[in-house]
Amino acid sequence: MHERDPQSQVSDAHSPCVASAPIFALVDGNSFYCSCERVFNPSLINQPVIVLSNNDGCVISRTDEAKAVGIKMGDPLHLISDIIKRHRVRVYSSNYALYGDMSARMMTTLAQFTPELEVYSIDEAFLSLGGFAGRDLADYAREIRRVVRRDTGIPTAIGIGPTKVLAKVANRAAKKNKTSGGVLNLCDRAAQNSVLAEFAAADVWGIGARSAAKLARMGVTTALQLRDADVDAVQKLLTIVGRRIVLELRGQSCLALEMVQEDRKQIVSSKSFGRPVYKLTELKEAVANYATRACEKLRRQKSACHVLSVFVQTNRFKDIAQYYNSATVNMGTGTASTTRLIAAANGALETIFRDGIEYKKTGVILSDLRPASAIEFSLFDDQHKHAQDTKAMNVMDAINARMGRDTLKVGACGANANVNASGAVKIGAPAWTMKAAMRTPCYTTRWQDLLKVG
Amino acid sequence: MPSKSRNDIVAPARAAKSRAVKTNVHLPFFGCSVSCGFPSPADDYIEKKLDLNEYLIDKPAATFFVRVSGDSMIGAGIHPDDLLIVDRSKEPKNKSIVLAIVNGDFTVKRYTSRGGKIILKAENPAHADIAIVDGMQFEVVGVCTNVIHNLK
Repeated sequence: MHERDPQSQVSDAHSPCVASAPIFALVDGNSFYCSCERVFNPSLINQPVIVLSNNDGCVISRTDEAKAVGIKMGDPLHLISDIIKRHRVRVYSSNYALYGDMSARMMTTLAQFTPELEVYSIDEAFLSLGGFAGRDLADYAREIRRVVRRDTGIPTAIGIGPTKVLAKVANRAAKKNKTSGGVLNLCDRAAQNSVLAEFAAADVWGIGARSAAKLARMGVTTALQLRDADVDAVQKLLTIVGRRIVLELRGQSCLALEMVQEDRKQIVSSKSFGRPVYKLTELKEAVANYATRACEKLRRQKSACHVLSVFVQTNRFKDIAQYYNSATVNMGTGTASTTRLIAAANGALETIFRDGIEYKKTGVILSDLRPASAIEFSLFDDQHKHAQDTKAMNVMDAINARMGRDTLKVGACGANANVNASGAVKIGAPAWTMKAAMRTPCYTTRWQDLLKVG
Repeated sequence: MPSKSRNDIVAPARAAKSRAVKTNVHLPFFGCSVSCGFPSPADDYIEKKLDLNEYLIDKPAATFFVRVSGDSMIGAGIHPDDLLIVDRSKEPKNKSIVLAIVNGDFTVKRYTSRGGKIILKAENPAHADIAIVDGMQFEVVGVCTNVIHNLK
């Protein structure tokens, strides 16, 4: 799920391990989104709970209780309505404002335990424990777990190993083994042997379904077989990426901790519509809002965009006239101006819009991102206009940061449209707003949404 | 110069109220301009502005705000609609006011522990205390460190 390109991470996979052997811990929140919901609703404790993807499409987080009644990750909501009714499964729309805040709290809490931390995803972090080799690492991990649970309410599992891949294996095994107490240390060779023998090669970090099938043809189905396989043969099959995985399984660290998050090379803002959309005016409004979101991200990382693309598409799963198209605009001089990019996006949209199509989704992609401080102007650019634009955007960002998202927005976005509006699709809301019929309040980020207690 | 009316002074404070509180570090305004003359003799003494977050919150990552909905703690100065600051990282001491979970519900009460027996006490004779017994779902979520009561 979080596959990254390990190619960019290492200079030389063959180099021997560094003098002080690294130790990694992977900490992740159990059923993270569901756990966030439980923190603010104790009646969910010990109950089956699921959280749905954007637009209430399919299951993206489930508790052990939901798993036990047969709900799988990715199940579409409409296919599991029977199970939900029969087992009284509690169903929630995703509440990213809440999950994002809880994630930040978890990461801040984890940062107390090590100076070196890599936030890997919203609910996962790698910690370097290299400096703690003298301590009982499993004990230390139990202390980390206890404090994260106490301070944030989020239960976690922690896997420890001499490499990132082994720490990942340990984390997964810790979750599966109910007697582990949520902590497993795989620094020891004997422990590695027994766990890897029971661990599917397909579940090893970085091995996708296709790679797993290739390995199976080679007779490799467990992680132990993968570790002991001929490293050159694996490299032939799965490139240098496969080689690194084998070496990491052997305890040779190839993937270092990445403490500084690189700026994004591309920003995508796109969502499915709550219901079908036919009109150009509605599409334009949606595109303007997605462009607004994307531009906010762009300015947050202090980049300017040189290329903008817009796409539209129909619902592939519906028996209707299918249509997909995209248009790309070269912005010339780099820009981070919402007004300029909305104008470009709507212009591009007009070129690909077709009448009589039932649109399901549209989105905006900003690419060729470069530092905003290094915009090169051509002879004919109006630098004064650019400076004015920048000022206006700064004012807009400052006001929205203080008064709430979309307090100030560009007229093209529509008067009452709001992508991340609270809760359900309201009557009068534009057709394209996202469906989130079962979203909980933003308990930690909005004054009016605070938890009420008696 | 005519003296300012009362309203003139109150208005900005009111406007500021509706804004969300942010944990910003407020940089002091430096009163001297570098290019001309001597710096203000006060510049060496400028301190940072007072930040309520610093005063009210020890551990931001473990601190949550909740809104009071009942009057069971009125004797402790906790009124309906007040804002409570809850620090999850603090262990309750005897007589701490805590946010707890009892049988699937949140409750704010005074935590008392005597001889291993825990009682959650209300601060209002109209409300019953809750004695914690075996088989109850019970958890102290955090210690209520401050109450913010609006005097308007």
